[in-house]
Amino acid sequence: MSIRDIVKTLGLKVISGEELLESEVTGGYAGDLLSDALANSKKGNIWITLQIHQNIIAVASSKELSGIIIVNGRKPTEETIKIAREEKIPLMISNLLTYEVTGRLYEIGIK
Amino acid sequence: MKLESSDMKEFKADMHIHTCLSPCADLEMSPRNIIKQAKRKGLDIIGICDHNSAENFPAMEKSANKEGIKAIGGIEITSREEVHIMGLFGNESDLFFMQEAVYSNLHGVNDEERFGLQVVVNENDEVLGFNNKLLIGATEMSVEEVVDLIHKFNGIAIASHIDRGGFSIITNLGFIPEGLKLDALEITEPTYRDKINKGKEFVFITSSDAHLIDDIGKRHSCFLMKESTFEEIRKCICKENGREVII
Repeated sequence: MSIRDIVKTLGLKVISGEELLESEVTGGYAGDLLSDALANSKKGNIWITLQIHQNIIAVASSKELSGIIIVNGRKPTEETIKIAREEKIPLMISNLLTYEVTGRLYEIGIK
Repeated sequence: MKLESSDMKEFKADMHIHTCLSPCADLEMSPRNIIKQAKRKGLDIIGICDHNSAENFPAMEKSANKEGIKAIGGIEITSREEVHIMGLFGNESDLFFMQEAVYSNLHGVNDEERFGLQVVVNENDEVLGFNNKLLIGATEMSVEEVVDLIHKFNGIAIASHIDRGGFSIITNLGFIPEGLKLDALEITEPTYRDKINKGKEFVFITSSDAHLIDDIGKRHSCFLMKESTFEEIRKCICKENGREVII
């Protein structure tokens, strides 16, 4: 499944990486401790988190994640958006909470 | 650079002590009890760092002065990433400006039954009142905003217990953000410094993060400097003219 499919199904707002929405999502990782994301997320995963600090981009980039969904309608900082554009990481916002975003992704086959 | 080692001394400092104002601290953490234990442990300097508040500092300072201990006022601020950053300040005016900034970014009301009492006391251990803010909560400020505010009020910014699992900048943010202007890092295990210091020159302190009387001075740092003042501590952390923090 592509990020574009996920954006459409969950009604996400795309903040950066519009040109990369065809990338394939291989699975998901949900969590807010960046140390755990570094340890346990896998290449191609879509990451669901409430963190908006710019370090999330470095983590996504280093782990080659397919994108980041920020939950609860939180707005990433300007610095985060700037780095996401530079690093070409798709950054999206959902108004739902982690539990629901994760559940819906699982439901549409991201496992 | 001229070394001034001749007139330098080692001061034993525990810069991270909570009082009964922190909901998670023991109610025995009153000014008299803290100072008694600090004296027993041979501490020259103590840092008072309650969660998101400094309301017990005036009492702590009076109590410390009577016993010849230097008390430094601080706040352990919770950033919105749930990272703990200690701000230490040279005078009450800066300290309370910082407290105001923290309060205006901290929402919610304390639930005493679940989180604990937040007792404001005087130097005689008498209860003046109870703080009703959600001191255990997180502010709306990013780590960068917290550090910048501490510096705006002439404080020293130290990331708390970075080698622990909870409320640590390394745990929560994966690594120390590029360009974050921390003055020092607090670690629990002195050997952890070799892990962090790859290619970077951070200054490290160790302190107790005491929430219980028995924990005061359990860990400390030695400041090699001229006298026990805030400005000397700042110089020590900046390694000015041979001053240094020994852990």
